[in-house]
Amino acid sequence: MIKARRRKLRIFRFTVLVVMGLFFFLPIGAMFEFSTRGNSINAPRTLDAWVQISQTPGLIKAITVSLQLAVITSIGMVALLLPTMVWVRLRLPQISRAVEFICLLPLTVPAIALVVGLRPIYRWIEINIDPSILTLAFAYLILVLPYSYRSLDAGLATIDLKTLSEAARSLGAGWGTVMLRIVIPNMPSAILNACLLSVALVLGEYTVANLLNFQNLQVAVAYVGLTNAGTSIAVAVGSLLLAFILLMVLALVGGRLQQQNYIPGQRT
Amino acid sequence: MTAAGNPAVTPARPTRGGRFTVTWVGVVPFFVYVGLFLLLPTAIIVVGSFTDPKGGFSLANFQGINKPYMLKSFQQSLIISAISAGAGAIFGSLLAYAVVTGNPNGILRRAVMSASGVLAQFGGVALAFAFIATLGTIGFVTEFLLNHGIDIFHNGVWLYETPGLILIYVYFQIPLMLLVFLPALDGLRPQWREAAESLGGSTWHYWRYVAGPLLAPSFLGCTLLLFANAFSAYATAAALLTQGGVLVPLQIQALITSETEAAQPGLAQALALAMIIIVVIVMSLYALLQRRTSRWLR
Amino acid sequence: MSAEITRGKAGIEVQLQDLSRRYGPVIALNDLNLTLAPGELVALLGPSGCGKTTAMRLVAGLEEANGGRVLFGGKDVTDLPANKRDVGMVFQAYSLFPHMTAMQNVAFGLRLRRKSSDERRQRAGEMLELVGLSGFADRYAHQLSGGQQQRVALARALAIEPTVLLLDEPLSALDAKVRSRLRDEIRHVQLEVGITTLFVTHDQEEALAIADRVGVMQSGHLEQLGPPTEIYSRPATPFVAEFVGLTNRLDGNVKSGAVEVRGTRLPLVQPDAADGPATALVRPEAVSLAVDGDLGTGPMVGTVIAVAFLGATSRVTVDLGDVTVLAQMPTATAAAHPAGTRVRLAFRDDPVLIAREEKAAVEA
Repeated sequence: MIKARRRKLRIFRFTVLVVMGLFFFLPIGAMFEFSTRGNSINAPRTLDAWVQISQTPGLIKAITVSLQLAVITSIGMVALLLPTMVWVRLRLPQISRAVEFICLLPLTVPAIALVVGLRPIYRWIEINIDPSILTLAFAYLILVLPYSYRSLDAGLATIDLKTLSEAARSLGAGWGTVMLRIVIPNMPSAILNACLLSVALVLGEYTVANLLNFQNLQVAVAYVGLTNAGTSIAVAVGSLLLAFILLMVLALVGGRLQQQNYIPGQRT
Repeated sequence: MTAAGNPAVTPARPTRGGRFTVTWVGVVPFFVYVGLFLLLPTAIIVVGSFTDPKGGFSLANFQGINKPYMLKSFQQSLIISAISAGAGAIFGSLLAYAVVTGNPNGILRRAVMSASGVLAQFGGVALAFAFIATLGTIGFVTEFLLNHGIDIFHNGVWLYETPGLILIYVYFQIPLMLLVFLPALDGLRPQWREAAESLGGSTWHYWRYVAGPLLAPSFLGCTLLLFANAFSAYATAAALLTQGGVLVPLQIQALITSETEAAQPGLAQALALAMIIIVVIVMSLYALLQRRTSRWLR
Repeated sequence: MSAEITRGKAGIEVQLQDLSRRYGPVIALNDLNLTLAPGELVALLGPSGCGKTTAMRLVAGLEEANGGRVLFGGKDVTDLPANKRDVGMVFQAYSLFPHMTAMQNVAFGLRLRRKSSDERRQRAGEMLELVGLSGFADRYAHQLSGGQQQRVALARALAIEPTVLLLDEPLSALDAKVRSRLRDEIRHVQLEVGITTLFVTHDQEEALAIADRVGVMQSGHLEQLGPPTEIYSRPATPFVAEFVGLTNRLDGNVKSGAVEVRGTRLPLVQPDAADGPATALVRPEAVSLAVDGDLGTGPMVGTVIAVAFLGATSRVTVDLGDVTVLAQMPTATAAAHPAGTRVRLAFRDDPVLIAREEKAAVEA
């Protein structure tokens, strides 16, 4: 009786996993296949499309710029968010709810809607500060807020922030030292987690860049795709692989922090 | 978040009324930043929606939404979001069940969770192109089926229309459902099943009276989350439906990239505001349902 | 509908015959034979992994045996699935359905049996009253304390008038104070209803306190089965002696049917034991201390290093130089020799068990 139930479950699991596996890997496989196609149906496989990546100047520039944006956004996120969260935990616990709410707000504002309000601001930035695409980092930081906040919050919950910071301060450390030498070294996986999520988001971002007339990675992929489908798909596969690798690293290193049933504030 | 209550050790500096200011200085950068790049744009949208081209207060922009082609866009957006959310919820929960009934520390579970983390973010341009490579007119699967005598585009190339878009949305909805719904499934204690059995219940009874009601709020909440996710999506549609058209995000795009913007600057903002309101409502319901779930299925 | 309703079925005999269960190479249960008389409460006691929970789950039908039979009142239920066996079960934790009130939980089994809503309400109300929670019918699990939750779980299990009641370490997740009170209540309810009960626990105090008979298990088999007093004062094996209650392990030498321990000759539980070195197992209650007179020196003289106050009794730890001995006595007596006092030990003349294994004792 129990054996029958177990067998039914096994069949169910197998079916579901195989079907889903096919469904999800088919398009990815198709991308590989497409990007290695020759000129006609019967032409041999070729890496021409991949090679052409380096020969399409717009693409190289876009890739570089997106990587720069990813790094800037990550650093900016840590520099802005971490001190604030530490400060709130230590000095202003009464507003921690408000800070959490604000950090999760971007989840309720679709990027396409947000960009409508960002356009006038970016017009101003373009004229008065810098027309460079790197100013996109300002907007990206907002987009990554919810994911970064959750990661950093989970990490901060596991270290006894109050005790450590008081000990350091009583020994004469300034706040900068506390942050750099005490806080950050004690939550490496949470910070890594937050950074990798930010990088993945920035590399995959299209909406804001496109509608603010900037040419980032995804915008370039779309643009190139109009004329050279193979190459743009090659880039798309590349960016997907990169995101996959990043998130695999995340899973291996920051494993515990990803558990959804983690209750912040509770220490073992 | 630490428990509120204990004031931290006071700094050695002899501040009096100044201590209040010093403490709040620490969070000023954050609030200024968020104010500039999140609240200000939102304010611009809200104000702009109620402003006519001459600068005065007006509801004309909302009347602009009341046109047939615009309403059709809303309808399409809602339909596509609903269908992709529904399909994503059903298949995603089946997949979640298949994963959760396996070894919790096994490699299958970890691999599927990591893959889902990637695939849930895998949207936009890359995904659209992936599907073009699979099911486009010269796509891998298309050609394969053609070689076997099946022309899937017999009645038109549906990939670039609503059915195609729904299919593509389902591709990232399923992993998202897996990620957000799995914790609820994890929260089902084996004791409940065994208790139900020992009291005389069959598998059907268990699902009907115990597991079903327990999972329902989370399932519904996650479906709503998927709905908001699809509704907000822009990049995929933009890459796929290159002639623009019948979705709200695409209408916004058309408005802010066209030369006729000067004539109706507030319309895009009104549309953005409408989108925000819809998403806020849906996400609030989601949060409420999640709270109920976490009480039962910690 | 009278007070008789709480009686339910008359107690039914439960038999476990040659029950075996293995998980791959691991043998969880090895030909277990056990008969529970109608209305009897048998406690299965043992360390984790001894097979007690496996045995219970086989009786419940939540797992399938690899060999042997389970009989309820002579009827073979081995091939019946759990939901057809008519057992009442209380789990260690997470017993209650969180989305139902206490009343709905208790009535759940009745609902599955298509009882009318009036019947359900009446019966569930009676059950809640039986466990002393009449006013708590509309509370949800998260509004109840751990002890209250377990009482509701008990009411729920009994509501369906099961053949046998199975309790899987129901008190382990509770606070100490709640534990002892609830343990007595469970026993009281069990006696009142007269239901055959199997109680699994790793806490020997619990088992000894409430069971009609205790079965001590280790590594898948029963080491000893008998009334609590017998288990405690006449342990059949060294494992039982060391698992149940405290024991002093003292090196000694067996000669002609008695064992010589530190200069004292003590009779043996098994007088036909072979001569040679052995470890004698002496209960702390069998050790007495004397402070008066010239104590002299010798293997039975030492210093008190600690006195642990346990309420009515106290446990005195004595350092004899090469070994530490525990003695247990009324607190008033223990007051005569606080820490630091030199004392002389004496062993009561009770038969002792000996152990000849080289390895250390099993953890209780």
